[in-house]
Amino acid sequence: MYVWVKIVSALMLTSLITIFSSEASDRAFNLGSIATSQQVKGWDIDVRPDGVGAPIGSGTAFDGEEVFAEQCASCHGDFGEGVDRWPELVGGDGTLNTHDPLKTTGSYWPYASTIFDYIYRAMPFGASQSLSYDETYQIVAYLLYMNDIIDDDFVLSDQNIGLIEMPNQDGFLLPDPRPDVSNINGNPCMENCNVPVKIIGKAKDIDVTPED
Amino acid sequence: MKFSRRNLIKSFAALGSIGFSTKVLAQDKPNPNNLPPNLPEWTPDLGTGVDENPYGSPSEFESDVIRRNVPWLTASPQSSVNFTPLQDLEGIVTPNGLCFERHHGGVAEINPTDYRLMINGLVDREMIFSLDDLKRFPQVNKFYFLECAANGGMEWKGAQLNGCQYTFGMVHNVQYTGVKLSDLLRETGLKPKAKWVLAEGSDTSGMTRSIPIEKILDDCLIAWAMNGEALRPEQGYPARLVVPGWEGNMWVKWIRRLEFGDKPYMTREETSKYTDLLRDGKARMFTWVMEAKSVVTSPSPEKPILQKGIQQLRGLAWSGKGKIKRVDVSFDGGKNWRTALLHAPIMPKSLVRFTLPFEWSGEELLIQSRAIDETGYVQPYIQELQKIRGKNSIYHNNSIATWLVNKSGKVDNVRLG
Repeated sequence: MYVWVKIVSALMLTSLITIFSSEASDRAFNLGSIATSQQVKGWDIDVRPDGVGAPIGSGTAFDGEEVFAEQCASCHGDFGEGVDRWPELVGGDGTLNTHDPLKTTGSYWPYASTIFDYIYRAMPFGASQSLSYDETYQIVAYLLYMNDIIDDDFVLSDQNIGLIEMPNQDGFLLPDPRPDVSNINGNPCMENCNVPVKIIGKAKDIDVTPED
Repeated sequence: MKFSRRNLIKSFAALGSIGFSTKVLAQDKPNPNNLPPNLPEWTPDLGTGVDENPYGSPSEFESDVIRRNVPWLTASPQSSVNFTPLQDLEGIVTPNGLCFERHHGGVAEINPTDYRLMINGLVDREMIFSLDDLKRFPQVNKFYFLECAANGGMEWKGAQLNGCQYTFGMVHNVQYTGVKLSDLLRETGLKPKAKWVLAEGSDTSGMTRSIPIEKILDDCLIAWAMNGEALRPEQGYPARLVVPGWEGNMWVKWIRRLEFGDKPYMTREETSKYTDLLRDGKARMFTWVMEAKSVVTSPSPEKPILQKGIQQLRGLAWSGKGKIKRVDVSFDGGKNWRTALLHAPIMPKSLVRFTLPFEWSGEELLIQSRAIDETGYVQPYIQELQKIRGKNSIYHNNSIATWLVNKSGKVDNVRLG
């Protein structure tokens, strides 16, 4: 019995080696090393719109208010209104087709996953990847709540972040329609062209150019 | 608001001139003691030796040839941009120290020994490569321009910044040394379902963009050198992604990971930022290619005409769709055009230098340049872009600029209409 097990093990080992060496022969240069699942897990932090990649965790806007005040408000304001030139995160509904569009997480961002992904990977500014997964869900929930997308007791989690419907989800056009100009035949006008030549604006009159 | 900002800038400028008055610039008028038949002051004495300056730097008289930024543009200098001084450069190679910078969280400092590139997702083998591994792959050396999608972005509504540097300087052109991703991926293999790549940086912003696999396999590189030396830290040292002809933010610096998937990842940059808001409130997404563009670098607001007579107009042209075929120049605001001389080498997705001699007798000029690429695409006027896209776009302004040369030879950025 024991011998039989040994023989089977040896056979399995042989087949494993065969598999490995056949894989190795696919490799053109035999450079680099195989990544372990643990190595990949540490760096693979992205979250897709369908929720793939969302780490296990949850949070409500109710809890998020305090985390936001501590971690985000110094730049973004207590209510996401923005301080100085730092981005506004709330509002802007109905402004995208006006002369002064306000693009916020509520009015413009098409996916809740993107808010989670970005906050976890890049925020707070200068202390990235320092938030826990739960804190990140809490902050995202608070932003969604302030933008009237969820209630303050809604438990946002890895299970439902891919299901949140954002107001501007259908606001994006694909594919790229360019070239979207008329002259793509390489033969522009060379003489006596009918173009406006009146000066209607000068940069120096706007006077925002930095001086040396 | 505008006035206080302006005054603020002026007061900073004043502070600068008091605090840092050591700047040496070429003097306006020559010193007769250095001119024939006199012995110039630098001739009798010994100069500095070969041990003085192990890594060379430009002449002290070139100290105004620098990258510049617009302080009021962004909330912090770590998430901001500066501009290449195109008006001071010749040929098509941008010196490494003058390549414009655009960071989303400052410059990451990476010891190359600790550098790793991970490739994961829909590949046959998830793998990790050191910098030394990357350098053992077959290498390529290629010139490419890199242009920020927002180059000229402040000019959508009108002529705003009075400088060639500020209006066109978010572009540079260097020779990259690197490995083709199509070669690198022979090592990992690709699963048939792999359609998109997430490229991820290891800087504090964790910069991420989705790129279709056709582009990745066509001509993308992982580069470790520019213009013959290691990448500069601000350009992604020790390794960056090169995405020829496509908008600069996709060229992820300090690249740490490529993940292969079956769908785009819809990162912050490709949804909330680098998208083009149209008049009706809808926005174009995944507008990657940088269309044909050109600029007259001299004369320009920074390069006035100094005296009457023969002048050598100089400029740069480029297209993300291939080679530049022709550049035309107008001196009367676009009514009549002359074809400029293109200087070899003319390479696809690289800057091309053009020149055109002209006589100036003190008259007012409205100088424009217009690039035509090998696809037949003709660089448009801003009005044509505004008609289709509205005025809320930030990115992909490749329109023709106008430099007004006044009777004194000074040059201003103006808008015609």
